[in-house]
Amino acid sequence: MDAYALLIAATLNAGTVLAIASLGLLINEKVGIVNLGAEGMMLCAALAGFATVVHTGSHLLGFAAGMAAGALMAAVFGVLVIWLNTNQYATGLALSLFGGGFSAFAGTGYVQARLPEQATWAIPVLADIPLLGPALFRHHPMVYVAVALTVGLIWFLYRTRTGLVLRSVGESPESAHALGYPVRRIRLVAVMVGGALCGLAGAYVSTVYTPLWVEGMIAGKGWIALALTTFATWRPARVLLGAYLFGGVTMLQFHFQGAGFNIPSQFLTMMPYVATVVVLALISRNPAWIRVNMPSSIGKPFYPGS
Amino acid sequence: MFKLEARPQPSPVWSYASPLLALVITVCIGVLLFVALGKDPVRGLQVFFWEPIKSGYALSELMVKATPLLIIALGLAVCFRSNVWNIGAEGQFVMGAVAAGGVALLADASSGPSIVVVVMLAGVLGGMAWASVTALLRDRFNANEILVSLMLVYVAIQFLNFLVYGPWKDPMGFNFPQTKTFEAVTKIPRLMEGSRVNIGLLLALAGVGALWVYLFRTYSGFAQQVGGLAPAAALYAGFSSRKALWVALLTSGGAAGLAGALEVAGPIGQLTPYVPAGYGFAAIIVAFVGRLHPVGMVFSAILMSMFYIGGELAQSRLGLPKSITGVFQGLLLFTLLACDTLIAYRLTWKR
Repeated sequence: MDAYALLIAATLNAGTVLAIASLGLLINEKVGIVNLGAEGMMLCAALAGFATVVHTGSHLLGFAAGMAAGALMAAVFGVLVIWLNTNQYATGLALSLFGGGFSAFAGTGYVQARLPEQATWAIPVLADIPLLGPALFRHHPMVYVAVALTVGLIWFLYRTRTGLVLRSVGESPESAHALGYPVRRIRLVAVMVGGALCGLAGAYVSTVYTPLWVEGMIAGKGWIALALTTFATWRPARVLLGAYLFGGVTMLQFHFQGAGFNIPSQFLTMMPYVATVVVLALISRNPAWIRVNMPSSIGKPFYPGS
Repeated sequence: MFKLEARPQPSPVWSYASPLLALVITVCIGVLLFVALGKDPVRGLQVFFWEPIKSGYALSELMVKATPLLIIALGLAVCFRSNVWNIGAEGQFVMGAVAAGGVALLADASSGPSIVVVVMLAGVLGGMAWASVTALLRDRFNANEILVSLMLVYVAIQFLNFLVYGPWKDPMGFNFPQTKTFEAVTKIPRLMEGSRVNIGLLLALAGVGALWVYLFRTYSGFAQQVGGLAPAAALYAGFSSRKALWVALLTSGGAAGLAGALEVAGPIGQLTPYVPAGYGFAAIIVAFVGRLHPVGMVFSAILMSMFYIGGELAQSRLGLPKSITGVFQGLLLFTLLACDTLIAYRLTWKR
């Protein structure tokens, strides 16, 4: 029984990384912009967060540094894509390639570094419930932040005026522009918020999830987070569920190994990637599912006044 | 304030000047980076732009690295020109290497020299097969080819690891994760004594010619590109977008697979976990910087090869991490995309 409680706990923890990054990317895509640079932003943010914690000892500052790194990189991407009308896919790809190279370059001095010990977290009383306690109530606060973020985003997107404006920019930038909204500035802000959340997820990976720094340590989580927005057909609640699903797939490999199944470890490591491909194919098979919630202007440039 | 003003026609001058300007900006940032790190910037530039071309041997090593980059980029150019975003060339490279390595491992003392052809064909087929997974999922299930092709890179690398840590591990290899060294007969023939340049270079140059003819002198090459330039026009003309998708992915997969075969049966000589060296990703930059033009990509492949060699030299001579290569590669693509704005827009000063 305890093994299952731990599996659930590990699943939620792994899903948190994907959920935070993917919710950020969802905000991007809701204004019509796809940022393929998620992987690169997460890598640089992971390094920024890790280095900050090494030097200051403060995890909060580490998260802040990760968010700042992500937002800064997203801002560069945003200016290129929104003002210079560069191709979104190529620019995002450039961000991922640059981020991978830069973090490997700048991070060489941190490979051996260690982080200060962290206190374990537990919610009083609830953590002592058998089974449910270890599964749900002994997590790092970020796990609950991810849930709160999802609820907050649903409220923001579908219950506030600003959220409505944001969505209208993604559905029809021309109409939003005609109504007098600053389409490009709104897009930039959304892209930067998306970058900051990817950065937060990256910093969580390097300071809490696997507290160390190695080159390429995000290992495709940024790309899986990108796939999650499609998987979730651009609905925040489904992003969270999807993230936990993929977190579960990631954790299942350790469970299989522990349970003594004789599968080569490489095939277990493959599972999250294979699962992403399979799920993408299954969801995309029905164009109607995709189109209902997909922001209409996604991936398309917008030139005001043309 | 500076304003961007749309040009009535795209500027032909800037479509050539933009990669050069991007290179200049990247070099300037590089100089700043060297200064910031307390290194002599002149020495830094020497390491990247002079050392790789200063002797015959250095030039041949430059070609050794430029060859796979060029071959992969030629295939990717077909993809990007037909608006198919295959960014998983690295995975197709690995699967080509695996297939070629599998054939090479079957060879023994009795194999004839023609086995080299089989090794290369196996590489092409391996890469094609891997790319066809992406094509099939895009065609039948409408799955996004960017994400699928990229995810398959991780799967391919794990598959290679499985083979070299498991069934294909050299029993005499002191438990290192690598296959036995391939038989000499399977090695890709070298062009001359004293350098590692092999016939892959000739294949790459032949590919340049073939791609030029296909893109600019054949009907099917034209039809292939219309879908990328103007999907509505392609639809109206009755050019099949499904066919374009398959042609693009099979060509680029085959090219990447061939490059993988040439690497493992050439300079590397065995399968190891270090076969994936990022050529598949660097080739994306080669393709864009070379303007997706066969001749342009020759120059950009050489440039990218300089970055690789310069990075290695920067490690040994300047004590900088080798990953500086990745920084410059990423920067170059970034600045290129920004400079490309000048093709369609002109910068004007307005108060």
